[in-house]
Amino acid sequence: MVQMTMIEAIRSAMDVTMERDENVVVFGEDVGYFGGVFRCTAGLQKKYGASRVFDSPINESGIVGAGIGMAVYGLRPCIEVQFADYIYPAYDQIVSEAARIRYRSAGDFTAPITIRSPVGGGIFGGQTHSQSPEALFTHVSGLKTVVPSTPYDAKGLLIASIEDDDPVVFFEHKRLYNGPFDGHHERPAQNWTTHPLGNVPEGHYTLPIGKAAIRREGSAATIVTYGTMCFVAEAAVQETGIDAEIIDLRTLLPLDIETIAQSVTKTGRCMVLHEATLTSGFGAEIAAQVQENCFYSLEAPILRVTGWDTPYPHAQEWDYFPGPARVGRELKELTEAM
Amino acid sequence: MAPRKSAASAGRRAGASKSAKSRSGKSAKPAIGTEIAEFDKEQELGVYREMLLIRRFEEKAGQLYGMGFIGGFCHLYIGQEAVITGIQHAMRDGDQLITGYRDHGHMLAAGMTARGVMAELTGRQSGYSRGKGGSMHMFSFEKNFFGGHGIVGAQVPLGTGLAFANRYRDNGNVSIAFYGDGASNQGQVYESFNMAELWELPVVYVVENNRYAMGTAVSRASAQTDFSQRGVSFNIPGYQVDGMDVRAVFAAAEAALEHARSGNGPIILEMLTYRYRGHSMSDPAKYRSKDEVQKMRSEHDPIEQVKVRLLEKGWASEDELKAIDKSVRDIVADSAEFAQTDPEPDPSELYTDILA
Repeated sequence: MVQMTMIEAIRSAMDVTMERDENVVVFGEDVGYFGGVFRCTAGLQKKYGASRVFDSPINESGIVGAGIGMAVYGLRPCIEVQFADYIYPAYDQIVSEAARIRYRSAGDFTAPITIRSPVGGGIFGGQTHSQSPEALFTHVSGLKTVVPSTPYDAKGLLIASIEDDDPVVFFEHKRLYNGPFDGHHERPAQNWTTHPLGNVPEGHYTLPIGKAAIRREGSAATIVTYGTMCFVAEAAVQETGIDAEIIDLRTLLPLDIETIAQSVTKTGRCMVLHEATLTSGFGAEIAAQVQENCFYSLEAPILRVTGWDTPYPHAQEWDYFPGPARVGRELKELTEAM
Repeated sequence: MAPRKSAASAGRRAGASKSAKSRSGKSAKPAIGTEIAEFDKEQELGVYREMLLIRRFEEKAGQLYGMGFIGGFCHLYIGQEAVITGIQHAMRDGDQLITGYRDHGHMLAAGMTARGVMAELTGRQSGYSRGKGGSMHMFSFEKNFFGGHGIVGAQVPLGTGLAFANRYRDNGNVSIAFYGDGASNQGQVYESFNMAELWELPVVYVVENNRYAMGTAVSRASAQTDFSQRGVSFNIPGYQVDGMDVRAVFAAAEAALEHARSGNGPIILEMLTYRYRGHSMSDPAKYRSKDEVQKMRSEHDPIEQVKVRLLEKGWASEDELKAIDKSVRDIVADSAEFAQTDPEPDPSELYTDILA
């Protein structure tokens, strides 16, 4: 085991899979020579050569489309879309081709492609470098959507994604690349190199796609969340002293409703927490499934705490992003609701 | 830069100047698109039969559609038969085909069975996609047919990726990506051109220019109507070909496949062709005159051209040609019978083949 940041863990995942399987190729904008805008692919071109790790032109639709063509012929492309905000031109390819080719070919073809992309705000990136578009992908049958929150999970899940026979959209929270971020933007953030969850095996291991983790056990309420908000939830729990259970989904689709339902049945109260906007966000799906599975255990309405229904702001970023104070307030209300 | 084989190749590639040279007639070889292949008797009879199979199949599909056995969308290939037939004859085992939604002809040419294609059209369990795909979405890994894609132009990056995989594995195969004059205006086509030339991928882009994107004539949608020249800014050579003459298609396809297979990167063939029927079954084709259609049918029909040659050269008698027609009609009738009696998919099929 060694201490790794999320960036190093992600790089290590690609390294390990490339070493084991020559069908794995890594490409995207600035990915090869430059090593990626967030350095996730740094050194890989040098190690594996430019035929396996390379730069693509700036054309997301073409990148993903070409990747699907490679994948249906047996390669395993791991593609980087530089920011999730740039993924929209590729949406046609992801939805109409990658996600659906297995179904409409009745299993004759599949597209084992992994699309990595940094998501989320908190870096003053403004509208086009901060969004959380995961719900656009969880709506698509035939896709898997993974959102890790720790270096350990990121590596194990990325290896699992690359080795998976289905297309996976793999979202990486930018604010988690270097350390767990609890939403206190005015305080210095801890680095993964001193955090227990930054302790990562050097070699090959996988974590199951579709399995949530309980980050904190508790009895007063269940907070269902993922990505950066896992640490915001932890901060809110610490600051309010409310004994909430925190579930880190890790994979949004397939959803581990079993772990969620067990927890909510125990606590009777459920908060869904995400950074993405409220309306038609992934929280709506979680809330619907929780009421279907746990209706008779619920002691209060399911609460959704999310980014506001606005375009992602620039200067007012910290009013948009659910922080520990807001989550704490909402948690208090949830646990006091009759 | 990545998948270039060597730095030396950067200087070697000069697609545009090379094509200009051959066009000016200075090259020893005739320019692609100007040559008509000489077919022997066996080849003429072969393409006659294959084109006829596509035509009779499509006529039957149109009938079944009219009778209500085929629902939804159904885009017939009638008139364009020479394009896929000529190309298929120039292909080698391992070369891949990928196309858009007007795909029945491509599948039959690839060797997929009439039964399997027709049963997919009627949505039955023995259809190539077990009723999950329909007219526009069929595949065969075995026959190297990569679909069947209903989103206009979306298959072009996939064909480019197939070419990448060929190059990566150095397997000597070429991917052939078909699209239409309408798809030529999609942005992802140019993204593909750029990547294919940048990485020197073995891909032949085939534009089937049948003059109409649904109801929109080429001149009403395209600033540059010579689609063979759409790769110029990427240094991709391109040629116009008489897509109604199967021998011209074959000669051009042979040259283009050789170009791509020899490591010269992508090449574009614009097939000048024509569809006799509407865009889909619901299209009365009022955007063009009956005379225009009739003129193409009577003067340029791809099958009739072969028939005339076969008779003139004494390679087949009227009776022999009728016998070919009969055998083709039998295959088609059998596929239609099969496609009407084969069971519909089990309801459980709805939930299979979504994820691994």
